[in-house]
Amino acid sequence: MSITVRQGRTLSSTTIVFAVLVLAIVAGAIITAVNGRNFFSIGNIDNVLTTMTILGLIAVGQTLVILVGSLDLSVPFVVSLASVTAGGIMAGQTGRIVPAVLLTLLVAVVIGLVNGLIVSQLQVHGFIATLGTGLILSGYLASNFQGSHGEAPRAFRLLDATRIGPVPIATLIMLGCAVLAIVMLRRTRLGHHLYAVGGHAEVARMSGVRTATPIIAAHVICTVLSAVAGLLLLARLGVGQPTVGSQGSYDLMSIAAVVLGGTLLSGGKGNIVGTLAGVAIFAVLDNVMGVMQLNPFLKDVVRGTVIVVAVAVYARREIDRRPARFGSASPTPQEVR
Amino acid sequence: MTKSFVGNVVLRGASLDVHPGEVLGLVGENGAGKSTLMKILAGVHEPDSGTIEIDGAPVTFGHPIQAQQAGIATVFQEFNLLPERTIAENIYLGREPRKGRLVDVTGMEREARSLLEGLGITGLDPARRVRTLSVAEQQIVEIAKAVSLDARVIQMDEPTAALADHEVALLYDIIGNLTARGVAIIYVSHRLREVLHLCRTVTVLKDGEQVDTRPASELNESTLVRRMVGRPMSSFFPPVRPGTETGKVRLELRGAGNDHVDGVDLTLRAGEIVGIAGLQGSGRTELLEAVFGIAPLTRGELLIDGVSVTVGSPRQAIRHGMALVTEDRKATGLALQQSILDNALGVVRSVFPGRTPAARRDVPGLLGSLAVSARSLGQEAQFLSGGNQQKVVLARWLTTHPHIVLLDEPTRGIDVGAKHAIYEVMRELAAEGVAVLMVSSELPEVIGMSDRILVMRDGRLAGELPAGATEESVLSLATGVGEVAS
Repeated sequence: MSITVRQGRTLSSTTIVFAVLVLAIVAGAIITAVNGRNFFSIGNIDNVLTTMTILGLIAVGQTLVILVGSLDLSVPFVVSLASVTAGGIMAGQTGRIVPAVLLTLLVAVVIGLVNGLIVSQLQVHGFIATLGTGLILSGYLASNFQGSHGEAPRAFRLLDATRIGPVPIATLIMLGCAVLAIVMLRRTRLGHHLYAVGGHAEVARMSGVRTATPIIAAHVICTVLSAVAGLLLLARLGVGQPTVGSQGSYDLMSIAAVVLGGTLLSGGKGNIVGTLAGVAIFAVLDNVMGVMQLNPFLKDVVRGTVIVVAVAVYARREIDRRPARFGSASPTPQEVR
Repeated sequence: MTKSFVGNVVLRGASLDVHPGEVLGLVGENGAGKSTLMKILAGVHEPDSGTIEIDGAPVTFGHPIQAQQAGIATVFQEFNLLPERTIAENIYLGREPRKGRLVDVTGMEREARSLLEGLGITGLDPARRVRTLSVAEQQIVEIAKAVSLDARVIQMDEPTAALADHEVALLYDIIGNLTARGVAIIYVSHRLREVLHLCRTVTVLKDGEQVDTRPASELNESTLVRRMVGRPMSSFFPPVRPGTETGKVRLELRGAGNDHVDGVDLTLRAGEIVGIAGLQGSGRTELLEAVFGIAPLTRGELLIDGVSVTVGSPRQAIRHGMALVTEDRKATGLALQQSILDNALGVVRSVFPGRTPAARRDVPGLLGSLAVSARSLGQEAQFLSGGNQQKVVLARWLTTHPHIVLLDEPTRGIDVGAKHAIYEVMRELAAEGVAVLMVSSELPEVIGMSDRILVMRDGRLAGELPAGATEESVLSLATGVGEVAS
């Protein structure tokens, strides 16, 4: 028995985002060369990778949260909290690195659990739930920390300073987390159920999926990855900074990178690889704009334009869900086997 | 294997028995209680009274999962599939096979493939995303999922409603394949010919009661229809108002088409009520949407009062004197959080702001003549019953004084009294010289209300029937299955 198949004619979002990334790199290389420098120099690549590392970690977590149909606006405050908590506990002593890291991650797990439970049990959308927890964290940070807090010992700062070839260890940590997230999404039940709940919670429930589990897991992983980002920032700066997260606008930038990477903001569709490409596009843009010495306003104009244009392009492909029956635009049915 | 119920208001003491390897046909008009019965069996609803027994042992379902575990799977008209996931991922959702800790994706796809091949399907790659599949293929995935659950009873709700002829043949093969394995099928369909052809036993439901169960061999289409309808329809639909005259042509389409409909030639005269019948997915709603500028026509010509016009948006359609009552009043008919008054004036305010004060004065009288029962004009539309909501939708359009009224499933999901009121409004509009074009899935309604009946099939007009045509003749045009003597 043969079946009629319509051949997909549109490019996947991931293909588009990688095409844009290549375009950005080529354009970046040319612009950098015109400015008398080499885009592919060790120093410059290092700069791009460093920019990618922090946003990459957070965006990987944000991808999971968005895939499951939620949002996490508390990430910048988790980043800051991790940085001051770990910095405060370490207080410059090498022996305290391990307990500091463990305790920081534990705090992140608790915050993620709270976020996930609010979303899954109280049925509050992630936007509001994490706006609330984020506000609480930001209030705590603002009233308890003025200026930098604590100090990272030299051994911990090596995390930022050490490189394998041109690649910083911190970047490898980010990539390692990304690979784990990819495996989780593709090869574990949790990952499959994450897509299912984000795609259509009721369909998932009717198929026997416990819908709370993926929501809570995604939120916990997201805050933990944000805390890791906070730890890496502590290693880079040497001191804990209560405003380091909000200065980076990691909430909106991570959401932008995820969406730029082709993940549907409403959940259920998307992947980590696209997000990494989205993060890389932002990193390349920042790098090139730095080389060009654009003023900060123009930088934000470029970033904003890229986000809006990208989503507009994806939206055009999502609008007409009902396939055309007639007309030149309709794909020709093909007989296979 | 035995099942029986004594049900609630929608369902009064209906019972049915299904045996292994049997196809049981379940027929009845819309509202006869078929869906309720199916949903009880699927574990979506719980019966008020009555029991379900499997192999003689009583079972109760508090959740759809329990029904599935008990061996009853349901293929609803609205599929329970995730469009962005693959065929294999959909089939094994919630039960993904694992190798060690990890999901065995290749194994899962291999099993899905052999499952599909067991149903006689080859050439459907389990790694394909469901969104790229046709309706027929999605249905196959649903059936495969039911089979993978080791279902012993599979319920199918109007499974052929959106299928083309060769796809129907494929479905028959699959059903034959399943019954050969001892699976029982409960087959719900409006297509009586199909039911008689496919089923060993047929149960007829009417007004929630089981009126007949007998072997299909003892039945033919006309005996079935008589048992399904069982009451004179003519008294239910109000007669044409005296003085109603069929006047000049209000709306004309010549070779009209877009992505969803094609080659439509149609005339609609003042004072006429024209019904559009067709199966689900035949392009009825799409035709109304094309005329109303939601998905504008890209081919052919649209004439209003004899003048060729372009309708590129609903706003233009409204300016040309059109009104569209959409099929989903909660999503597109009303602003649920707004008051009755704001809803009634919604269209006038945005399209004819100058006429708002006059319309405002008309609203109380209009709502009164529609017999809307509400506490006040300020009541939010969401708190009204379905029938009253639908009347507010009508009021929303009548305040614009339209010349051409397009109605999409105007009486879906509302009570008998409200239905009658809406029929009265249609007659009244016709008497005033308004042209009415009505899409409906309820054949008695189409037949009882229309001066002419247009039948759609696969996005085209399949033919026209006069007032008083039989359900069989409409269905045969709609399905394209040979002519029936009528």
